[in-house]
Amino acid sequence: MYLLSAQNITCGYNSIDIVFNCSIGVNKGEIASIVGPNGAGKSTVMKAIFGLLEIKEGKVLLDGEDITNLQPQERVLKGMGFVPQTNNIFPSLSVQENLEMGAFIENNDGKDMLDYIYGLFPILHDKRHQQAGELSGGQRQQVAVGRALMTNPKVLMLDEPSAGVSPIVMEGIFNKIQEIAKQGTAVLMVEQNAKQALEISDLGFVLNQGKNLFTNTGKSLLDNKEVRKSFLGG
Amino acid sequence: MDFLNGITLIANYILIPGLTYGSQLALGALGITMIYTVLRFSNFAHGELMSFGAMSSILLTWLFSDLGISAGILPTAIIILPIAIIITIVYCLIIDKFVFRFYRQQKSKSVITLIVSIGVMFFSGGLIRFIIGPGDKNFFDGERFILKAKTFKAFTGLNEGLAIKTTQGITIILTIILVALLFWFLNKTKTGKSMRAYSDNQDLALLSGINPERVVLITWIITGTLACVAGTLYGLDKSYKPFTYLHLVLPIFASAIVGGVGNPVGAIIGGFVIAFSELIITFAYKKIFFYLIPNEFTPNGLLQILSTDYKIAVSFVILVLVLLIKPTGIYKGKVI
Repeated sequence: MYLLSAQNITCGYNSIDIVFNCSIGVNKGEIASIVGPNGAGKSTVMKAIFGLLEIKEGKVLLDGEDITNLQPQERVLKGMGFVPQTNNIFPSLSVQENLEMGAFIENNDGKDMLDYIYGLFPILHDKRHQQAGELSGGQRQQVAVGRALMTNPKVLMLDEPSAGVSPIVMEGIFNKIQEIAKQGTAVLMVEQNAKQALEISDLGFVLNQGKNLFTNTGKSLLDNKEVRKSFLGG
Repeated sequence: MDFLNGITLIANYILIPGLTYGSQLALGALGITMIYTVLRFSNFAHGELMSFGAMSSILLTWLFSDLGISAGILPTAIIILPIAIIITIVYCLIIDKFVFRFYRQQKSKSVITLIVSIGVMFFSGGLIRFIIGPGDKNFFDGERFILKAKTFKAFTGLNEGLAIKTTQGITIILTIILVALLFWFLNKTKTGKSMRAYSDNQDLALLSGINPERVVLITWIITGTLACVAGTLYGLDKSYKPFTYLHLVLPIFASAIVGGVGNPVGAIIGGFVIAFSELIITFAYKKIFFYLIPNEFTPNGLLQILSTDYKIAVSFVILVLVLLIKPTGIYKGKVI
């Protein structure tokens, strides 16, 4: 029984379906990665799970509750956090204001969470009064993740957290993701860097052409010959 | 002594009027900036919104004078200003409900909304002239001067006088109060921050649970307030004539662009840059030279670079230069 699961969902843009009968899930305190080639529908699945796209068939469950028809904002209140791949910060707001906006919906000042996030990303505390748009790519990504964490979500969804950052920065981000999962938050992410993502994942979903191709633990997927050959470059 | 006379002359004819006119432009440019950053279109109807605000103030001033209520040495317009602001805000909200909201829901391009705003401009202008007539209206009452030229001369013993009109004083003080309130609101309150967030990244603002309709409502409340105050102050200072507000749109837009589009600090700086440029270029310098250089060298002409009739051309030249050389404006803003 997953904490968050998408069961046999079919969805797409307008009348064109991109994802067919696809199932994804993540457990409490674990990391699940969705990997696959370009155009496999990875990001589409993420958007559908968060309610940014209409789901034609199938359902989404959070903690056993059917949330298929909820608006994204309502899902935030239910305990989901989402970090989009691009445009995921408010560039002219300061770092601290970015984080405060994350807690906007909860009608509190989110002081406890602020301390937790500054503990997790000390660099953000040093730069809390700087405009978020002036930060480096990796620091912006930390702001984006921090913003999504402000509501203390049960599930954190990340769309390509390592997009556009150097390998060293990517490693740092992955370390932080593991730390977040250790605190009990379920992390569901889409990753282009399949190998590194599967290495830290408890569960991996390999998608191809909008369908589930393999679903297994991260380690067994890494060991799987076919997956290695087709998606991990040998 | 001659040197001091020259300084007084500059203060009287450039510094004080420049600060006043600059404040009025700054308030107008702030209104345009608010609409541009949050609703994402250039609101050409802003001049008429200012006119509408001034008209409301005039009608209320007349009503209050009939009732025998006045503000003593201050103009009556000051006490009725809050009511006039509310009327202007209501007008903005009506226009938004019946016109702009439709284009917002259609997700129209900003150019289309800009043209719509020109329609709103002509409609509002017509409505205003229909209500109050096209003629000149002077609604200033109370004490005319804070500092009279005669008093200044007697006090300092200089040849040149320095006069500060009540309207000039009120304009500068009200502008400072309003700008301080606006910046406090945008930077310190949760609602203000959510407005800046919405203008930064609409999609992410929606994800964060910021209600767009509420942001739009507050934007119009701020815009209506700024427009009403700016319009009333301009009308008090220079007497009210509906057509002048049509021309006022141009220097206001120039201010917003020169300062850096979408940047509130830039809008204020831009307002003063435009105001002082217009005054400095159209001022007749003969008298200053009369004080500063020996009399036999004083030229015969007025020493005016441009006639005051070309005032508006000055703001246009600055606008074109800024767009050619530094399109982001003085403070880094968005490029249109």
